[in-house]
Amino acid sequence: MAVLPPAPDTAPAPTPVSGWGRTAPTAARLLRPASYEEAAAALREAAHSGRGAIARGLGRAYGDAAQNAGGAVLDMTGLDRIHEIDAVNGLVVCDAGVSLHKLMQVLLPLGWFVPVTPGTRYVTVGGAISADIHGKNHHVSGSFSRHVRALELLTGDGETRLVTPQDEPELFWATAGGMGLTGVILAATVELLPVRTSLMRVDTERAADLDDLMARLAANDHRYRYSVAWIDLLARGARTGRAVLTRGDHAPLDALGAAARRDPLAFRPGRLPAPPRMIPEGLLTRRTVGAFNEFWYRKARTGSGRLQRLSTFFHPLDGVPDWNRIYGRGGFVQYQFVIGYGHEEALRRIVRRIGAHGCPSFLAVLKRFGDGDPGWLSFPMPGWTLALDIPAAMPGLGALLDELDEEVAAVGGRVYLAKDSRLRPDMLARMYPRLDDFRELRARYDPHGALTSDLARRLAL
Amino acid sequence: MKDAFGAPQTLLLLGGTSEIGLATARRLIARRTRRVYLAGRPSPALEQAAQDLRALGAETMTVAFDALEPDTHEEVLGKVFADGDIDTVLLAFGVLGDQARDEQDPAAAARVAQTNYTGGVSAALVCGTALQHQGHGSLVVLSSVAGERARRSNFIYGSSKAGLDAFAQGLGDALHGCGVHVMVVRPGFVRTRMTEGRREAPMATTADAVAEAVEAGLRRRTEVVWVPAALRPVMAALRLMPRPLFRRLPL
Repeated sequence: MAVLPPAPDTAPAPTPVSGWGRTAPTAARLLRPASYEEAAAALREAAHSGRGAIARGLGRAYGDAAQNAGGAVLDMTGLDRIHEIDAVNGLVVCDAGVSLHKLMQVLLPLGWFVPVTPGTRYVTVGGAISADIHGKNHHVSGSFSRHVRALELLTGDGETRLVTPQDEPELFWATAGGMGLTGVILAATVELLPVRTSLMRVDTERAADLDDLMARLAANDHRYRYSVAWIDLLARGARTGRAVLTRGDHAPLDALGAAARRDPLAFRPGRLPAPPRMIPEGLLTRRTVGAFNEFWYRKARTGSGRLQRLSTFFHPLDGVPDWNRIYGRGGFVQYQFVIGYGHEEALRRIVRRIGAHGCPSFLAVLKRFGDGDPGWLSFPMPGWTLALDIPAAMPGLGALLDELDEEVAAVGGRVYLAKDSRLRPDMLARMYPRLDDFRELRARYDPHGALTSDLARRLAL
Repeated sequence: MKDAFGAPQTLLLLGGTSEIGLATARRLIARRTRRVYLAGRPSPALEQAAQDLRALGAETMTVAFDALEPDTHEEVLGKVFADGDIDTVLLAFGVLGDQARDEQDPAAAARVAQTNYTGGVSAALVCGTALQHQGHGSLVVLSSVAGERARRSNFIYGSSKAGLDAFAQGLGDALHGCGVHVMVVRPGFVRTRMTEGRREAPMATTADAVAEAVEAGLRRRTEVVWVPAALRPVMAALRLMPRPLFRRLPL
């Protein structure tokens, strides 16, 4: 057995890596391949080390999906070339490490937009496929992988394969939502959405309570390409589930004023200073978050047809770099689940329980999903999805979330692995019926266990 | 792997019959722990403890381990780690000795030091290195307030815990940034078999209270835990007390 860690001036030591929630950090060797060959070499070496490797993008998964204790973590942001843009048919071929931010910068001026964007543009294409991310347009456009024509995958056996949904449906749909465990995605071909402007035309309305909110969303979601509701989970009694709905679409050219029309496709996201590195614990309590929620609910300017910058509509938090620091050293947990249509009573029960528990959550989001995609571990399915952030230090949180898991699983719902940092392993099979197929496929393509992650170890994926 | 709340899935308990250790194991099994290794000298009590944990739903193995034989630690504990990752190691073995008798029997006094300190150093080093290779895990070391300042009534035990406590803090610093978390736990007087029949000190606590504090410490990734928490300011004051005064305290 080796001795204690070497003095700082010798061999590069493993560094602590954590997810966006900053809980459960573990140490791994961080490697940053600059070419496909380097990525292949790193994976080969990791396979021999016995503790494997996992690809990591911009580290926006909240839990331990892009961590690999004692092994290697491949920082894919070094592979960030856009290879080809077909501006006529709306296709882009790019490396997996390219961020959606960069794609927007490059593609918007050409009149194209990413097919799906989550609440942050700082995710990579590889991460978007691995987590099979969804956005505010899921009820119309499905999840990200639906728009992927092909991907280049470096599997655990050392092969680089061109995988398409037509030629290799198994491997493709295991990789879509497969949390990086079927191989290292090197590049992808993605279909784009044509837009005329970089502005959004948005309708904003308030809902007085959860039933009002669900009724409004169900009644006319289909009229909007993008739809989402911010929900106040601290409001109780008659106001339980009060919310602000924002829904809209890309603004057509004629919606713009004369000045804006001169440069309709300009992409100018603003950025605020980051919060300080050291933030005291316990800043976010029932009281402070309750006050914030009250303010947010009241300040919402209702109305229709208002123009908003794309970044304001899609990525409000990207304006504050490292916003995850506001939770302090203890970090935070994001809980996101989906419950099928017809089980609204379970959703009401969960919202009431979260409110009764007093979870200081100021970033809760409710949305309706459309049809799911075939990804074996893909999260979205038709139904209601709720996502909320909670400080990890909150007493009793672990037990509360376990109970909510039961409620979710009992009605055939599931939680989102890209957000997860605490699910019980036995829950997973109940939530993802194709888990056994996924395990079997991994064993086939990666017989020596070259690919693994903390998430995979924790949940026995 | 530990979850976001520091709850381990696998536990290695060094001192497999320790009441505090087993109380902690029961608490952790109620959360996420599914595999437990109880390391201790083979005995019916050790087997019984394993049986009890199995009844709670955890796969439990016993491991023949003797704190007084540091030469064997690497091999014995190495086998445990070879089985798979250990998320949390709880170093809970220790003996109180009998201060009055041990003052007359230097060999017996030395055994207290060898069990609590030397045995602890060796076992903690072996486990710390293994955790470092894993790149994750917590090493929880049971120290004692008795180590904070030596008292007339139990300075043999106290000095052994002082040594272990200092060692564990240093190990925690050595492993900082390696994904490994070392936590020192300093309980006051705990009502257990070990302290049965002794005069209770003020602010006495229970094994379950220590277990609860360990669980909370794992969640917060704390480095030093006092049980009860109020002992921290009390001991800070006692540390500063002049010797002539301290000596006269009925402690």
